[in-house]
Amino acid sequence: MSENLTRAFKLAALLALAAFPFYGTDFYTEVVAKILILAIFAMSLDLLVGFTGLVSFGHAAYFGLAAYMAVLLSPPDFTPASLWTLMPLAMLAAGLAAFVIGLFVLRTKGIYFIMVTLAFAQMAYFIFHDTKLGGGSDGIYLDVRPTAAIGGYTPFDLYDTVHLYFFVLVLMVLVYLFLSRLLRSPFGRVLVGIRSNEHRMQSLGYATFWYKLAAFTIAGTLAGLAGFLYAVLFGFVTPEYLSWHKSGQVLLMVILGGMGNLAGAIAGAFVFVGLQETFTDLTKHWQLLMGGVIVLVVLFMPGGLAALPGRILNRLRKEGRNG
Amino acid sequence: MAEPVLEATGLTRHFGGLAANLDVHLSLETGVLHALLGPNGAGKSTCINMLSGDLPPTRGTIRYRGRDITRLTAHQRSRVGIGRSYQRTNIFAQFTALENCRLAAQSRNQRPWRIFTDALRFTDTLERARAALVEAGLGARENVIAGTLSHGEQRQLEIAMVLATDAQVLLLDEPLAGMGSDESAQMVDLLKRLKQSRAILLVEHDMDAVFAVADRITVMVNGVVLESGPPEQIRASREVQEAYLGENAEEEGAHV
Ligand SMILES: Nc1ncnc2c1ncn2[C@@H]1O[C@H](COP(=O)(O)OP(=O)(O)OP(=O)(O)O)[C@@H](O)[C@H]1O
Ligand SMILES: [Mg+2]
Repeated sequence: MSENLTRAFKLAALLALAAFPFYGTDFYTEVVAKILILAIFAMSLDLLVGFTGLVSFGHAAYFGLAAYMAVLLSPPDFTPASLWTLMPLAMLAAGLAAFVIGLFVLRTKGIYFIMVTLAFAQMAYFIFHDTKLGGGSDGIYLDVRPTAAIGGYTPFDLYDTVHLYFFVLVLMVLVYLFLSRLLRSPFGRVLVGIRSNEHRMQSLGYATFWYKLAAFTIAGTLAGLAGFLYAVLFGFVTPEYLSWHKSGQVLLMVILGGMGNLAGAIAGAFVFVGLQETFTDLTKHWQLLMGGVIVLVVLFMPGGLAALPGRILNRLRKEGRNG
Repeated sequence: MAEPVLEATGLTRHFGGLAANLDVHLSLETGVLHALLGPNGAGKSTCINMLSGDLPPTRGTIRYRGRDITRLTAHQRSRVGIGRSYQRTNIFAQFTALENCRLAAQSRNQRPWRIFTDALRFTDTLERARAALVEAGLGARENVIAGTLSHGEQRQLEIAMVLATDAQVLLLDEPLAGMGSDESAQMVDLLKRLKQSRAILLVEHDMDAVFAVADRITVMVNGVVLESGPPEQIRASREVQEAYLGENAEEEGAHV
């Protein structure tokens, strides 16, 4: 698809998102905020899966860890924490965990990589599930949302749904811009080279392990941002945030959207949650329907949603020529 | 004689019970093109793999300008100045020819911290990549997706990538295999130019090409060095004739 058309399409989507809270109800505003958070989560995973060729099946560990940090690092006495320290701290914790775990898992490849990322995430899951650290299997409440106050000035209020929505939207756009930039930099080019042919990258003189570790750490940090926002939005955290279901769901969003395409990851989050909401209304066996959709997409839409506009355009052009 | 740039002593590699290389001694000097000959399965690629760090030797030592580099990994050896090409084309098939070479050139100045700058803005890297493409005869093909280049052109790209890393030692594993005669002649000219400022190890089945460019030839059979010396000596050697050249001499022209 032409560069300009893509850009116009993205801009229109952004405008629609910005206008949304003024037309929807608070309920739907929160649903879309949730999707935007999951879009951050999906983009962070796409950096690994789609761009570096690292299929992590334990990405929820960093999401959930940061969510717990949002609660555990907040003051216990119902005074709100400062957003400007709590958010970086939660992200830092997730990034640090990703760095340390990356040191181990990145020594493996292919199916083993999938298995060890899952194994580490399961360990993290059971730490929160089986100890009293974060309220055990029941989870734990975030009693008060953090405050955005800087000195005496409060630029926005996270208790206001619209404010919270825009805070999330801005962060999602920033993450998108950050990753787009990153991928065009020398560093990003190396990641894509690793996905294409890691062995060749090594023989060209790249210490691919460290590049992959950096990518893994960045992805974990951004997943942490998503987890933090999720905790703030819903006000409670359970071990399910770190579960392999969650890791699988975000992987499906990336696959639905089309791996290796950031806008696709965002679209994948929208479609996944959209389908989930629709199917749960229809039947309690929604996972079955979802599974069917995934199979159809993988079989008949290689490249996922991201490839769809280009295909439609091609089809139109062809028909224009023929007819 | 000049001091060797790259020197292997007692290089040995076992695959199970098979000694793919046994006590191989090899030395490369700047300005000298050293050809490594031998029938299929002689152990030539195994030897290159050990020199480039793709395969750890079972025994033996590899020195680069006197420094022991036996334990260095492939990427460390590349950084030291050893570049290689592969017998089976090993490129980034989905990228353009230029991006293949740009990545190769970028490896010399990686700038991993410049995460907010477009890689294409680093003109030193881009120029080095373009120069390598031109040198390998692919100047007009920079925007073509590597996977869609002809087989011969992919072989040229393989060489261009090594050149883009500015390697001082070139280990070339059958660079002419599958090239047309024009491309081949062009590559032989390139090798002649390159060897003036570099040390080159050339594995090649095309005897005409080898005798046209080689200053020194080592013949390997069954993992063991049979003979090593100047081309005249190899051509005259009875042993080499019997083991290799004689029986194959007529077929070699057609060897792919
Ligand atoms: N990874 C490996 N595992 C087991 N055996 C191997 C391996 N690599 C090479 N060999 C064996 O070692 C011997 C030497 O192989 P090598 O590829 O080095 O030969 P070559 O001289 O490059 O041959 P050619 O001219 O066909 O390229 C062969 O018998 C081969 O089967
Ligand atoms: Mg070989």
